[in-house]
Amino acid sequence: MPTIRVQTEDFDISCEVAQLRARNPRIGAIATFIGLVRDLNQGEGVAAMVLEHYPGMTERSLDRITREAMDRWNLIDALVIHRIGELKPLDQIVLVIVASAHRGDAFRACEFIMDYLKTDAPFWKKEGTPAGMRWVEARASDDQARDRWQSPRLPEN
Amino acid sequence: MIRILYFAGLRETFGIEVEDMALPAPPTVTQLIDQLRQRGTPWSDSLAPGRRWRVAVNHEMSPLDQVLADGDEVAFFPPVTGG
Repeated sequence: MPTIRVQTEDFDISCEVAQLRARNPRIGAIATFIGLVRDLNQGEGVAAMVLEHYPGMTERSLDRITREAMDRWNLIDALVIHRIGELKPLDQIVLVIVASAHRGDAFRACEFIMDYLKTDAPFWKKEGTPAGMRWVEARASDDQARDRWQSPRLPEN
Repeated sequence: MIRILYFAGLRETFGIEVEDMALPAPPTVTQLIDQLRQRGTPWSDSLAPGRRWRVAVNHEMSPLDQVLADGDEVAFFPPVTGG
């Protein structure tokens, strides 16, 4: 069963990986992804960020994305932690951990989860720049990244 | 009654986070959007057909022709930007 957490607190990748791999000796590969707050976006300095979300729908969306990855590849376990609230440059935003018997499944599923999270999970970023606060615009490249997974040319296993 | 939630830029533009409304007739998402647009600006501008916004019903992304039922939760928000 995947673990989904939406929280204001920071996370520790070492602790999370240790807990996840301690559960199952069949795990032979773990892929991880961490997303961070950058101090520059679209040419402007970013001093602060506020992450808003839709409680209830967010957890449901992340759970569905992760379960879909678990159906699509041979995964043993998966975890997604996404932070909300006020963040600043250098802060961690999101953690994805995927465990499988072999590396291919873990690598692909980790990227799949992030690509769908970026386009489907109801989070919104507001950035503080020298010009004031602004909502981050969704990017077409994120839609394209997600749509790659729908191409029949891509190997699924 | 249905409950309507607004998030991020739309919440700020409309100056409202949540409201309860009578079920529109016919009870579809399209009809609800028409009713909201009839409030005039900023509703008619921000929910215009060409603008980028999304609608979810009961925590699921929804097509515009979705039929609504009493007690449904409808949410309007901009394209998402998490991760």
